[in-house]
Amino acid sequence: MKLRELAHARAGDKGNVSNLAIFAYEIGDYAYLAEHVTAERVKAHFADIVGGDVVRYELPNLACLNFVMHEALGGGVTRSLSLDAHGKALSSALLEMEIPDKQSERKTAR
Amino acid sequence: MKKVRIGSGAGFAGDRIEPALELAERGDIQYLSFECLAERTIALAQQARRKDEDSGFDPLLIDRFNAVLPACHERGIKIITNMGAANPQSAAKTVAAIAKKHGITGLKIAAVHGDDVMDQIVGSDLPLIERKGRVSDLDGKIVSANAYLGVESIVEALRNGADVVITGRVSDPALFAAPLVHEFGWRFDDWHRVGQGVLIGHLLECAAQVTGGYFADPGYKNVANLVRIGFPFADVSEDGSAVISKVDGSGGQVSVRTCKEQLLYEVHDPSSYIQPDVVADFSNVTFTQEGPDRVAVRGGSGRQRTDTLKVTIGYLDSYVGEGQISYAGPGALARGQLALDIVKERLKMTGVATTETRFDLIGVNSVHRGAAVGTGPEPEEVRLRVVCRTETMSEAIKIGNEVESLWLNGPSGGAGAWKSAREVIAAASTLLPRSGIKTHVTYEVV
Repeated sequence: MKLRELAHARAGDKGNVSNLAIFAYEIGDYAYLAEHVTAERVKAHFADIVGGDVVRYELPNLACLNFVMHEALGGGVTRSLSLDAHGKALSSALLEMEIPDKQSERKTAR
Repeated sequence: MKKVRIGSGAGFAGDRIEPALELAERGDIQYLSFECLAERTIALAQQARRKDEDSGFDPLLIDRFNAVLPACHERGIKIITNMGAANPQSAAKTVAAIAKKHGITGLKIAAVHGDDVMDQIVGSDLPLIERKGRVSDLDGKIVSANAYLGVESIVEALRNGADVVITGRVSDPALFAAPLVHEFGWRFDDWHRVGQGVLIGHLLECAAQVTGGYFADPGYKNVANLVRIGFPFADVSEDGSAVISKVDGSGGQVSVRTCKEQLLYEVHDPSSYIQPDVVADFSNVTFTQEGPDRVAVRGGSGRQRTDTLKVTIGYLDSYVGEGQISYAGPGALARGQLALDIVKERLKMTGVATTETRFDLIGVNSVHRGAAVGTGPEPEEVRLRVVCRTETMSEAIKIGNEVESLWLNGPSGGAGAWKSAREVIAAASTLLPRSGIKTHVTYEVV
């Protein structure tokens, strides 16, 4: 299944660093996300975009993981050649990540 | 318990104007803060000021103040903004002129000075942060250097009775935290409360991003009436607890989900969000839905602030040339790819000097690169985009020309060619000791 079925996401930028936060729709899915969406997997997912380290911060009380991706924005918004210089669309790209199927039922309209 | 209601009038320089007027007229707010200054905007403003000493403030300042000043003055709403950019003094004089035009009297307008630290930066050997190198590496190219100030000068202006406070570079949350410190008499070193104030400011600073903008995803995250999205306000109590909400009847949504997304926006370590006023700690924040479009926020905290302030340095970095052209219909992808290959080869063949290149097919791989490879059918239309960094403007111009020449020389059906070449003012950052940065406030009275 796609990560999109379990989580929503927001991207932010600071200099050449992009941060992607993902939020479990259901609080109970947090542990599952923490298990399957690791910093290593995120770095591999963005292999041709992220040049530096990916660091994961955990906020279990908000059922949220924050991924900080270094050297991810082509030098940053002021000098990037990318069509998406802020990296705003990277949150959608992360939601495309495949994670193992979770058996619980998901509503499509939330 | 005393409460203060603060509204967010803009989340960036180009933001909509009428949601701010809606807050002023129907939001029952006491403060309206506008966040309108980004890294690149301040450098461009400095350049504008160098050409004309009366300019250098936000180009939309006049439209925004024309729209909201009468309504705010009538209701005693105080306005705080960083629209002063590179020239808060001139911005304050302009607001005074706008007030006079509207027949407003008894208005005190403060301008905060001191964020411009060009003199301390140029010729120094300070290390750059967030990348390798030193300030001296940028010798001869620096066009601006502005330190992120905190709440102190804004609070000073409010204590002196200012109705409007105009700053240059300050941290975005300070525009919202300053009235809290002022109204509740929080000490500048009450790290816990200032941390909560910064949290509230962080939630409000991007305006509609906490009321459902930059959030909607139909089928997954439905948001009603984005056309008329309302900007947020916060009801803040003396202990720092707050409720985020918006004007009744406006579009959008304030929910635990919209607040959670905004909480982490542009934040790295949530337990250590370094701001001029405090090292804020968001790691124990909780959100509670208290009613429709009403979310209570608690748990922000903080630790002693750092001894340095972050400085954004604007510098002449490079030139960028770009060209685009579209291909559509049967074989669009193959023709687009052929066109791309032609441009790539010709740039080599004609010896165009580039330092960085990018060859995109919009509709195929221009945004997500390999991170989200779709399984859909071949696109009906693609747009070729070639963009290169160069060291001179003359080389940059050649990039767009090479794409444009596909009109007659390339694959069939090339459509809508477009080109540009521009100078790049980029941003770098360093840290300056706080003790070396002197601020002061001046006033215009109408």
